[in-house]
Amino acid sequence: MADDKDVLRDVWFGRIPTCFTLNQDEVTEREAEAYYLLLPRVSYLTLVTDKVKKHFLKVMRTEDVEEMWFEYEGTPLKWHYPIGVLFDLHASNSVLPWSITVHFKNFPDRDLLHCPSSSVIEAHFMSSIKEADALKHKSQVVNDMQKKDHKQLWMGLQNDKFDQFWAMNRKLMEYPTEEGGFRYIPFRIYQAMSDRPFIQKLFRPVSPEGNAYTLGDLLKEMYPAAITNDGEQKRYQVVIHGIEPLLETPLQWLSEHLSHPDNFLHICVVPTPSD
Amino acid sequence: MPVSLLWAVDVYGRVYGLSTVGQQWDQCRDAQMEFKRVTAAQECCWGIACDNNIYLNVHASDLSIRYQEETYENQRWNPVDGFSERLLPSDRWQWSDVTGLQHQPLDSFQLPSSSWEWEGDWYVDENFEGEPTEKGGWTYAIDFPATYTKDKKWNSCVRRRRWLRYRRYKAMDTWAKIPSQHTTLPDPFSDISCGGWEISEEPRGRLSLWAVSLQGKVWFREGIYHQNPEGASWEEVLLPGEVVQISCGPADLVWAVLWEGQLIVREGISRDCPKGASWAIVESPSSDVGATHVAVGNNVVWVVTKDNKVWFRRGVNSHNPCGSGWISMVGEMIMINVGQNDQVWAISSEDRAVYFRQGVTSSELSGKTWKAITVPRDRDRSQSSLILSLSVFLSAGCFFCGEVRAPSVASDAESDLEKGSADGPGCLVTSTSPDTFVDEDTISHEGDAKAPCAGVALSPSQSGGPLDTQWSNVDLEEAQSQQAQTGAVLDSADTCSLSSVATYTLAMEDPYGGDEHPLWAWVSGGGCSVDSHSQLSWFNSVNTASLVQSVQSMSLSVSPAQTAAWRKQIFEQLSERTRREIDNFKHYEQAIEQSVWVKKGSMQWWRDWKPHKWIDVHFALEQFSGPEGNKDGILFIYYNYYEEKKYLHAFINEVTILVPVLNDSKHTFAIYTPERTKQRWPIRLAAATELEMHDWLALLSVSCCDSRGIQGPPSKQAIWSITCKGDIFVSEPSPGIEAVPYPTPCDQMFWRQVGGHLRIVECNSVGIVWGIGFDHTAWIYTGGYGGGLFQGLASSTDNIYTQTDVKSVYIYENQRWNPVTGYTNRGLPTDRYMWSDASGLHECTRANTKPPSPQWTWVSEWAIDYSVSGGTDREGWQYAADFPASYHGYKTMKDFVRRRRWARKCKLTTTGPWQEVPPIALSDVTILPCAAQSTVDMVPVWAISNKGDVLCRLGVTALTPAGSSWLHVGTDQPFKSISIGAASQVWAIARDGSAFYRGSVSPQNPAGDCWYHIPSPAKQKLKQVSVGRTSVFTVDENGNLWYRQGVTPSYPQGSSWEHVSNNVRKVSVGPLDQVWIIADKVQGSHSLSCGTVCHRLAVQPMQPKGQSWDYGIGVKKPNMKLSPFFVLILSFPKCNGPTK
Repeated sequence: MADDKDVLRDVWFGRIPTCFTLNQDEVTEREAEAYYLLLPRVSYLTLVTDKVKKHFLKVMRTEDVEEMWFEYEGTPLKWHYPIGVLFDLHASNSVLPWSITVHFKNFPDRDLLHCPSSSVIEAHFMSSIKEADALKHKSQVVNDMQKKDHKQLWMGLQNDKFDQFWAMNRKLMEYPTEEGGFRYIPFRIYQAMSDRPFIQKLFRPVSPEGNAYTLGDLLKEMYPAAITNDGEQKRYQVVIHGIEPLLETPLQWLSEHLSHPDNFLHICVVPTPSD
Repeated sequence: MPVSLLWAVDVYGRVYGLSTVGQQWDQCRDAQMEFKRVTAAQECCWGIACDNNIYLNVHASDLSIRYQEETYENQRWNPVDGFSERLLPSDRWQWSDVTGLQHQPLDSFQLPSSSWEWEGDWYVDENFEGEPTEKGGWTYAIDFPATYTKDKKWNSCVRRRRWLRYRRYKAMDTWAKIPSQHTTLPDPFSDISCGGWEISEEPRGRLSLWAVSLQGKVWFREGIYHQNPEGASWEEVLLPGEVVQISCGPADLVWAVLWEGQLIVREGISRDCPKGASWAIVESPSSDVGATHVAVGNNVVWVVTKDNKVWFRRGVNSHNPCGSGWISMVGEMIMINVGQNDQVWAISSEDRAVYFRQGVTSSELSGKTWKAITVPRDRDRSQSSLILSLSVFLSAGCFFCGEVRAPSVASDAESDLEKGSADGPGCLVTSTSPDTFVDEDTISHEGDAKAPCAGVALSPSQSGGPLDTQWSNVDLEEAQSQQAQTGAVLDSADTCSLSSVATYTLAMEDPYGGDEHPLWAWVSGGGCSVDSHSQLSWFNSVNTASLVQSVQSMSLSVSPAQTAAWRKQIFEQLSERTRREIDNFKHYEQAIEQSVWVKKGSMQWWRDWKPHKWIDVHFALEQFSGPEGNKDGILFIYYNYYEEKKYLHAFINEVTILVPVLNDSKHTFAIYTPERTKQRWPIRLAAATELEMHDWLALLSVSCCDSRGIQGPPSKQAIWSITCKGDIFVSEPSPGIEAVPYPTPCDQMFWRQVGGHLRIVECNSVGIVWGIGFDHTAWIYTGGYGGGLFQGLASSTDNIYTQTDVKSVYIYENQRWNPVTGYTNRGLPTDRYMWSDASGLHECTRANTKPPSPQWTWVSEWAIDYSVSGGTDREGWQYAADFPASYHGYKTMKDFVRRRRWARKCKLTTTGPWQEVPPIALSDVTILPCAAQSTVDMVPVWAISNKGDVLCRLGVTALTPAGSSWLHVGTDQPFKSISIGAASQVWAIARDGSAFYRGSVSPQNPAGDCWYHIPSPAKQKLKQVSVGRTSVFTVDENGNLWYRQGVTPSYPQGSSWEHVSNNVRKVSVGPLDQVWIIADKVQGSHSLSCGTVCHRLAVQPMQPKGQSWDYGIGVKKPNMKLSPFFVLILSFPKCNGPTK
């Protein structure tokens, strides 16, 4: 019987095979070849695409290059969402490898945040962790950490060091046994085909009667449409890390095992493929 | 901590037990009678019933209580008849005891009470001092009394043989009456208290039982021990006054209360005199109010005075049983009881509830606060309890109020009850007054008035509790439904009054309030093993209904089936995701390149060159990804050599084992590689703190496992072993481990640590692993990994539990005789320290001796240890001509020195993938090695209890590795080692050093049918046995390894012993007859090693003894204070995997 630890490992080492192609409109000196890469699901696009940038810059003139951004089938990809979320949200039922178009011009300021350096990603990542801990432990754990501990979390993600990251992150996943879970579950529910960013509200892992809430309970409260009622045809898939957990799965367990490194449980609700 | 019971008696004389893991009081169903008082020990409970007789309730155990009766048949030779029963007039009886003084024919043996039964008939003991005798079991001598030999000689004029018969105690888990001695006990008992089990370990299960009679006399029960739970007889104890109540602690404290309110303290209680010698008087805590009740523990005395005030006695201990002064405590109680670990229970005078004293620790014996135990009784609010109360109360009434009721009333009541149940079951609330302080008229009046209310009070949901129909044939379901219609019940009062029984509920009659409060009269925690750390669920004030509900919801959320569904889905989908998204795209480049990761620190290193000493070094671990993506690392130790900077390194993938070597001064560990193993010289490092050492060990261990691609729990084929410190290691067998002719050298085996602490581990190839702690607790492996110092990722989340172990630290007190003052602690200048370790080389005083490592803490005081081999005198001394020599337990003219051993217990608490298998303590265990065909196949497991009983575990399968219960296999003497082979051959070693083979063991007859005695090799006493597929190997007390020659399927006992090797400590034989040993005195290139894992080479079907040894891990540093710090005691899963 597999151990829960293996889930953490599987989540961390989730990869999406991706094919990067340069946008047709870019001015190039010679034709740009596509670039293939295994992207970590838990990381951020701008953090892991240095190689991509280097690859395409070889065929471009420096003056034609502005800030790099990515687009999938017309949708600009938000670098501040984890890669896995972007994939599940926009491309979960498409053919692999995931085909991303790379742009160096016409940065869509309305849709995307600028990302001039990796310190911006670090700031975003750390603020997510702090926000999550505020929900989970009233920020007590993250505030008790030292600067170097925060650095260890970030370096763990940046260098893909599972052990290094989890040696610290497990402190963020602890909770008093008698309470049966975190104070609130840090989660975000994303919807495809919607302009709203995501749903994020306060939700406790355990009912006042002491029963553990499940994924189903959460969705019932936050996004009832996502739940397929008896007799209905399934309209939505509830995807976390590319899988569809059963609605009976306890929310606390999900938060401990299927959260992203930023400590949020990112849940994507996508329409069931029609075919 | 094992599950144990708190006993209590309510004011109606019903006996209840509350389990330490329970959440309700369970009524003792067996009690046909009401009890006044109970007093509990761990294995039994004594009580005084309302008939004033003493009853004993021995808790059922898988270990049966067998008493061996023996008698000797004596014969003398005469020229006419040869040996015959005609003896000389001056001779002993023809049938006698061992001394010959007592006439003991076979038919003179009677069962002592109706609680016993004979196990079989008399038979002749054919085993004589570890050797089988000629047929008939005769032993010969020149004359009585003399030395007997098993061989008949020309001058053998007399002979004798021993007859044996066993009787078995059958009255388990029931209250069995102790036959009273009418001649000596004219007046009935009024109080009883047992204890004293810590005074001496010999005989096993010894108890002191003190009783007080109504006339105020005190009696001591002689001869209570495990094989004789009822004891032998009552002895009167002389008194300075009349006693009302007595209390006996687990050790040597006994206090009693006199009628006048003073207290008396028993003095002179010791191993040799558990009854004590004299009384000392202690005045009552308050000058004008006398004491009424006393309770004593190990080091505490609690007293209640007549005004219900509670007092705690300061300064009580073995040396000063009277203590020094009184402290007034909070609370008003009617009685107090002290149980194990000086934990305290009391019954409040206000609400008659049982209170537990919280926060009692060895440093704070008086505790912190009283906390009420609020759990419900099993029958609370269920009708059946009320029905039950009928039969109980009729007699309860007799006892409590002294009124005698005709038995016919009871039968009437019952018949009426049945009638009543048909008419209006709502009023089955019944019975005469238990506390009959009111007369009958009042009762029926009250009953009439209040019965309806009682009906109302019982809501349907509440009556849905556990129902027990054992006591009546009333249709309870119907009763409930009618109950629900409370309105209809109102008029049933008439029905009730028709019956001759008064009708009201307990609650109604209860002067103190609601039914939720049982009224307790007596509590006894002597059998209840809790301490201040115990997690007890006794204090939740939840009512039964919601309790049941929450239990249900809890069990639902963790039930395997439920868990399986969603968790299985996640596991399946994740691996499906890996297939979909990664497996086909492995050739893609990774987005993040792996880099080198370095961790540095400062440590001390035991330097390689002489003089060896600890020097400061810098320590660094560099980790990187290997060429195939596997992780690897290098360990660097930077040091200065004569001002020159140098370093030492080791490749992580070459490290074979990391061993924590905790000693009292430094936090050290050792790192081995195959090369270092050959040298018998590891890299030894010391960290500044324990925490730092654990961090490094955990990191290095994870790194080593990563470099070898090992993760998760050990495989079923894993080889398990234990170091002499109790650390647990596993090794995955490499495919070449049994390859012929060149197996993998065993110094290349990689061992990783698993959390926990054990003395013995045994495993088989279906993944069943049993362990035994230093304190003889049995443990079962849960399938997890990590625990202990491995936290976080190096540990599984499930399957890790707290584990404790207790062991004794021994030091010796040495004395030399001189003509002037006799034995004194002034030795010769050349002598050893007057307080030393066993070797005499190191000074160890009681004050300066520390626990073995910082992980251990003391849990007892220093005490003289009498259980030393060779025996001791009454003060624990052993004598010898000079140090060091062989010691004996009596003084002779030639003895000029003596020593005695002091022991102190220490305890360790850790975590690991182990769960306790209560309740029997074990000293050895063995598991059938072969692979079971399916997970439901029974796997034979045999064990030896720490008292030497042979046990066979039933119900062990791969799914339920802990099994269900023990089956006790009778033997004529205690055993010490056992092993079961691949074909279910069971071999065992008895305490006398001879071997036994168990016949006819099969799946149908798991315990076999009889023992075949196999003499040991000449002049050697065997100590351990291990059985493979066909091979049988034994080790004797002098370290010789023996092979059993001539074992065939038709003659499994074999014919003779053949010597194989010496300096062997332990042997382990696999199902392919692979032979592994732990050897001593193995020469390495740098030092001599002790406790080395060795593998026998060239073991083949035609050559089962093999040829030579291959030496593996194991090291002793000669000048280390703690001698062999690393001894692996090997157990490998006698699997069939490795050879393929």
